[in-house]
Amino acid sequence: MRLTSLGLVRGLIGYAVGLLLGMAVVVVSRLLMGMSVWEAEAAWVGGVFFAVIGFLGGVGALSDWLKWTRGAETPLLHGPPADKPAWTRYFGVDYNHKVIGIQYGVTGLFLLLIGGSLALVFRAELADSGISFLQPGTYNTFLSMHAWVALAAILLGVGGMANYLVPLMIGAADMAFPRLNAFAYWINVPAILTLLLSMLFGWDSGWTAYPPLSLRGPVGYQLVFLSIFSIGLSSILGSLNIIVTMLMMRPKGMSLFRMPIFCWAILATSLIQLTATQLIGQAFLMLSFERTLGMPFFNPLYNAAGENIGGQPLLFQHLFWFYSHPAVYVFVLPGLGIISELLPVFSRKPLFGYRWVALSSLAIALVGFLVWGHHMFTSGYGEYLRVVFMISTLLVAVPTGVKFFSWLGTLWGGRLTFPTPMLFTLGAISVFLIGGLSGPILATTATDLFLHDTYFVVGHFHATIFGGFVFPFFAAIYYWYPKITGRMYDETMGKLHFWLMTPGFWLMSLAQMTAGTMGMRRRIADYDPALGVENVHLLVTIAGFVIAFSILIMIYNLFTSAEIGATAGNNPWRSRSPEWQIPSPAPEHSYARPIAVVGEPYDYGLAGSKYIASMGAGDD
Amino acid sequence: MAAVTTPAHAPLGHAHASHADTPHADHDNFAAQLRMNRLGLWLFFISEAFLFGGLLAARFYLWGGTRPELDQNIGLIVTSMLLVSSISMRIAETAMERGNRKAFSFFILLTAIFGLIFMGGVMVFEWGLFPAIYQGHLTPWGDKYGAIVFAMTGMHALHVISGVAFILIVWNLARKGHFSKERHWGVEACAIYWHYVDVVWIFFYPALYLIGNVAHVTH
Repeated sequence: MRLTSLGLVRGLIGYAVGLLLGMAVVVVSRLLMGMSVWEAEAAWVGGVFFAVIGFLGGVGALSDWLKWTRGAETPLLHGPPADKPAWTRYFGVDYNHKVIGIQYGVTGLFLLLIGGSLALVFRAELADSGISFLQPGTYNTFLSMHAWVALAAILLGVGGMANYLVPLMIGAADMAFPRLNAFAYWINVPAILTLLLSMLFGWDSGWTAYPPLSLRGPVGYQLVFLSIFSIGLSSILGSLNIIVTMLMMRPKGMSLFRMPIFCWAILATSLIQLTATQLIGQAFLMLSFERTLGMPFFNPLYNAAGENIGGQPLLFQHLFWFYSHPAVYVFVLPGLGIISELLPVFSRKPLFGYRWVALSSLAIALVGFLVWGHHMFTSGYGEYLRVVFMISTLLVAVPTGVKFFSWLGTLWGGRLTFPTPMLFTLGAISVFLIGGLSGPILATTATDLFLHDTYFVVGHFHATIFGGFVFPFFAAIYYWYPKITGRMYDETMGKLHFWLMTPGFWLMSLAQMTAGTMGMRRRIADYDPALGVENVHLLVTIAGFVIAFSILIMIYNLFTSAEIGATAGNNPWRSRSPEWQIPSPAPEHSYARPIAVVGEPYDYGLAGSKYIASMGAGDD
Repeated sequence: MAAVTTPAHAPLGHAHASHADTPHADHDNFAAQLRMNRLGLWLFFISEAFLFGGLLAARFYLWGGTRPELDQNIGLIVTSMLLVSSISMRIAETAMERGNRKAFSFFILLTAIFGLIFMGGVMVFEWGLFPAIYQGHLTPWGDKYGAIVFAMTGMHALHVISGVAFILIVWNLARKGHFSKERHWGVEACAIYWHYVDVVWIFFYPALYLIGNVAHVTH
C-alpha cells in the first residue's frame, strides 16, 4: 500500500503546497502593486487560506462536486476500500455516517487530550505564586490555545455523537447529504492544523480575542481567525445536514414526539449552529480584515477635530457573544440529551415528561439567542441593557430546571443499575448542578460586577461544560462502545476512571470558585500570595492532574478492549432504541429493511409495549 | 469485502442518471431527494440570513442615522440591473420547465450578463477600482463608512460572483444535454440562489444608499 493512497497524507501534502502557493500569490501581488515584497502577516494569511483549500482538494473532499460541475456521475461507494486494509477508510474521505461519526469522535478525543495537556502546563505554573517556568506571554498563549483547542474538541465530539447516532436512531441508511457530511468533517482537519500552527507565533487575548488587543498582537491571531472560521463552516454545514436528515428521513410511525430524546437535543443544537455560527465567522473575518487591510470596524479612528470616524470595540463583543453564548448550549444540549437518553435504560422506567424534555431543549436554544449581553455587564454598554439581559438570562433556568425534574422523576422508584455509563450520567447531573447553581450568581448584575473575570467564572464554566459535555460524552462512549466495536469495555477500569474523575472534578470546580471569590483574577500567570489562594491553587492543580490521569485510563481501556473485550451481543443494555436491535458492530447499511415505529420510545417496564415493530421490543 | 456501488444520485438533475430497479422506484427516489435538496437549500439561506443580518447590524451600530455620500444614480442603475436579472432568471427557469432549451440558454446567459453589469458597477463606481474611469471617494481603510460599504458590498459581490459561476455551470450542463422538463434541480437551485442574492441586495441598497442623513466626514 502506498502512503499517498491515504487521504490524510494527500491532504497534508495539499496543505503544504497550498501554503507555499498562497504565500507566493501574496508575494507576487505585492510585487505587482509596488509594495515591499515580504510582509510576514500578509503572507501567512494568504498561505493559510490556500492551505485549507489545498488540504480539502488533496484529501478528496471536493472531487465529487467538481465532477458534478462537468456533469459526470459520481456513484456512492459503500464499504471499506477493495484494495486496501479496512482501517484505511478512517484516514480518507468516506461517506458512511458511522465512519464519519467515528472520525469526528476520535479527532475530538485527540483534541481533548491536547487541550487538557495545555491546561496541565499552565496549571503547574499556577500551583504556587511567582513565575516558575512559563513567562507571562507564553502563559497567555497556552491559556488561549487551551480554550480554542478544547472548544474545537467539544464541537467535534458533538459532531461525532450526532453523526453516528442520529441516522441510527431514526432508522435511516445514512445522512441526507453524505458528501456534505464528509466535507464538514474534513474541513476541521486543516483548521486544527492551522490552530496548532498559531502557537508558533503566539496570541495572548484568551479565546474571546477582544479588540483592540487582538488587533495588535502577533500573527498567531490571523491563523486563529481562519481556523475558527473553517470550524464554524463545518458546524453550519453539518447541522444543516442533520436537520434535513431528521426532518425528512424518519421511518413510518416515528412522529417528532416519538423520536429518541437525543434527537430532540441535536435538533435544538443544530438550529443554533446553523444560524448563530455565522456571527462569530463574521466577527473573526472582520478582525482579520481590520488587521490585514486596516478597515476600521472595531478600532476607533480619530480625526483632527477629535471625532471618532472609525469603529467601536463594543461592536465586536456583541457579534462575538451572539454566537458564543448560544455556543455554550451547542456544547451542553447534546450532553443533556445523552443524560435523558440513558437514564430510562438504567432505571427501567419511562422517561419522565418526554414532551417537556423535548421542548425544553428547544426553549433553551431559543432563549439562548436573547442572553448574550450578560457577558458584557462590565463593558460599559447602556445601563438599561443590564436589566434586560439579566432577566432573559435567569429565564434559562426554567427549561433547564424542567430537565432536572425529569431526571429526578425518571430515577424515582426505578430499578437502578450502575454500570460505567450510568455512573457517568449521574456524575454529569451532579457536576452540571454545580455549574447550574453558580449560573444565576453570574447572571445577576449586582453579583457579576464583583465576580466578572475572576476564577469564579472559570469554575462555573468548567462545571457547566464538564457536566453538560465531558461527563455525558464519556457516558456515551462507554454506552455505545459495544455497538461501535462489538466488544465490551473493561468495567473495572471504567469504574476506576469514574471514581477518580468525579471527586477530582468536584474538588477542582469548587476550589476554582473559591479562588475567584477570594479575589483571584483569571488569565494571569502570577498572583499575590497575600490573597491567600496559594493552597487553593495547589488543590486545583492536583485535581486537574487526577482528572487527566483518569482520562488516560479510559483511553487505555478503549484501546485494549477493542481487542480483548468480551463479545457484547446485539443489546447488552436491553435498550428499546432501534440501533440496539441490529448486530454489533453495526453493519455497513445498518438496517436490513426499513423499520416501523409502533409505540412510545421509553415505555420501559410496561408489559407488552413495543417501540419498533418486528425487531424484538427489547423491553423487560 | 469489495466495494459495492449503489445507483448514482442525480445530483444536479441529469436526465437519465439513475439505474434503480423500476421506473416507479426511480421516480420516488428522485422526488425524495428533491424534497431534501430543497429543504437543505432553504436552511442554507436561513443560515446566510444571519450573516447578512450581522452586516446590517454592524452598519446600524457604527453609522446609526447617518450614511456616506454615494452616487445615487449609480446605486439606482445597478439595483435596477439586479432586479431585471431576476426577471430574466425566472423566464429561463420557466423555459426549462416547458422544455424550451434555446430560450433557457438565452435567458440564463442574459441573467449572467446583468449580474456582470451589476458587478462592473460595483467595482468601477462603488469601489473606484479603476480611477481612470471613475474616481471613487471611499477607501476600505479610510473611515467607518468605507469599511462598512466595502464589507457589505464585498460580501454581496462574493455571492453575485458565485451566482454567475453557478449560472455558467448550469448553462454548460444544459448545453451538453443534461436536465429535462421534469428533472432540473440544478437549474432550480441556481434560480432560487440568484433570487436570494437579489433579495439580500433589496435590504442592502436602502441601508447603504437611502437610510439616514449624509455625513460629511473630515479626515
